[in-house]
Amino acid sequence: MAEKQIKNYNINFGPQHPAAHGVLRMVLELDGEIVERVDPHIGLLHRGTEKLIEYKNYMQAVPYFDRLDYVAPMNQEHAFVLAAERLLEIEVPRRAQLIRVLFSEIGRILAHILNVTTQALDVGALTPPVWGFELREELMVFYERASGARLHAAYFRIGGVHQDLPEKLIQDIKDWIPTFNKRLKDIDDLLTGNRIFKQRNVDIGVVSLEDGLARGFSGVMVRGSGLPWDLRKSQPYECYEEMEFEIPVGKNCDCYDRYLIRMQEMYEAAKIMDQCIDKLQAEGPGPIAVDNKKINPPKRSEMKQSMESLIHHFKMHTEGVKVPAGEIYVAIEAPKGEFGVYLVADGSNKPYRCHIRAPGFAHLQAMEFVTKGHLLADASAILGSLDIVFGEVDR
Amino acid sequence: MSEKLQEVAELVSLALGDLIKTSTIAVGDLAITVERDDIVEVLTRLRDSSTLDFNCFIDLCGVDYPTRPERFEVVYHLLSMSQNARIRIKISTDEDTTVQSIVDVFPAANWYERETFDMYGILFDGHPDLRRLLTDYGFEGYPLRKDFPMSGFVEVRYDDEQKRVVYEPIKLLQDFRNFDFLSPWEGTDYVLPGDEKAEQGGKA
Repeated sequence: MAEKQIKNYNINFGPQHPAAHGVLRMVLELDGEIVERVDPHIGLLHRGTEKLIEYKNYMQAVPYFDRLDYVAPMNQEHAFVLAAERLLEIEVPRRAQLIRVLFSEIGRILAHILNVTTQALDVGALTPPVWGFELREELMVFYERASGARLHAAYFRIGGVHQDLPEKLIQDIKDWIPTFNKRLKDIDDLLTGNRIFKQRNVDIGVVSLEDGLARGFSGVMVRGSGLPWDLRKSQPYECYEEMEFEIPVGKNCDCYDRYLIRMQEMYEAAKIMDQCIDKLQAEGPGPIAVDNKKINPPKRSEMKQSMESLIHHFKMHTEGVKVPAGEIYVAIEAPKGEFGVYLVADGSNKPYRCHIRAPGFAHLQAMEFVTKGHLLADASAILGSLDIVFGEVDR
Repeated sequence: MSEKLQEVAELVSLALGDLIKTSTIAVGDLAITVERDDIVEVLTRLRDSSTLDFNCFIDLCGVDYPTRPERFEVVYHLLSMSQNARIRIKISTDEDTTVQSIVDVFPAANWYERETFDMYGILFDGHPDLRRLLTDYGFEGYPLRKDFPMSGFVEVRYDDEQKRVVYEPIKLLQDFRNFDFLSPWEGTDYVLPGDEKAEQGGKA
């Protein structure tokens, strides 16, 4: 029989593919069904966030961070306000710290639910996303009751948070946690032992720890490879130091381990939320932002009485905060990994340069490295477990 | 915290010796500047030093300072998990001078260098695939340079007659207004409209 020449086959995966998690275009080169080369084309959601921030004052820059990783908006804001606060050298009041940690953990649950359930969707299960989105909706109601917006909250401000939480909301979140644990257990039962889900995820997308570190992985991606590295524990910021929680670690370095870690992190996040609420309720009301009128605007009621407050309010919302000249890099443990902000301030009211280090950017660039040699169908499972959101990759 | 950072700074100066131009610790961050041509050597030594162990690549980005003789700064961030410390390394360059690519030291730098090239036009020598990354196919200009206008130069729309997306020079109904809210009492370095005569009078 004569030998046949078989040519490799090129296909475009996305930008309008439901498993592409947004607007990713991947040029795949296939040998039969084996992926030989992956070339992700990103930037279809590029909005020039970094350029825009250079033209806005510090307070106006905060909402741009909601729009990066838009499934966990407040975690991004957190990195930016922490960076500005470190340059201003201010200490945030205790109650504001607790509120911020509470909402960062809500963000973590928001992101992980979305990821875990859509990862299941990528491999063929439709029920988990339907269940998960119901949970997310309830969390977004908490976002709305705190900030007025379901998604783009702009709630964290330099020096604290925008508004205090009503007592009722705090109690409602506390009452919600046990029901959440129960319903998360339902999703857990549905997926963790599921034969099809395991067939599609176990031993797929294995990344060793050395490879992961050399490729700039962080967050769940390194924890999935066995390193208990979590910035909340190793470089604690805000009041994470006093919270008690465990860091789940994987040992097989595959997609299934990363799924398990995300599930476990949600239970841990609920624990942290519970501790925050206990502390908030025990410590009672207090200031929610620094008492410095050059950083934080005065209350509305004060403005009606005091000329000085009126002037400060006007200056705050025109000139804004002046941040002393300097450079800083601040990283937080966002749901997807290390989210960092490199801020260069020149002493004026606008950032001179604000570089955003998004975890998904580093993870997606390793797509070719992880996917090479896998079947085409595994590409979407791997993409799901890398936890990519295009808001932050493209910026 | 600062004692620990001091310790790391000493280890870094031990490992790098003369390669360091300046070394500072400010607001809890350790930063060093080095010569442009030494960058690969510096990063390799920081990565391979068994005491420092800066094996985790975090970030690479550019910064534009148009008034400097070498207008661009390239900023590298590394993390050492064993020391639990971060370091910032800075070099400077301009539009024409190439910077050694560090993809061989840290494969993670690949896209970061592409992004920096895309945004600033900084050229990385030895990069395997220096294409644009985030901007449109066929984009011209380097958007994050300070002399690139925020509105850009072209806009796109779908043309129903040609049945395709067309690029046109940007038309703004209102000029882009960049308000300056800085207080004139606190050292602005420009003359306010109407104050030209007062300034001259003061000098004469």
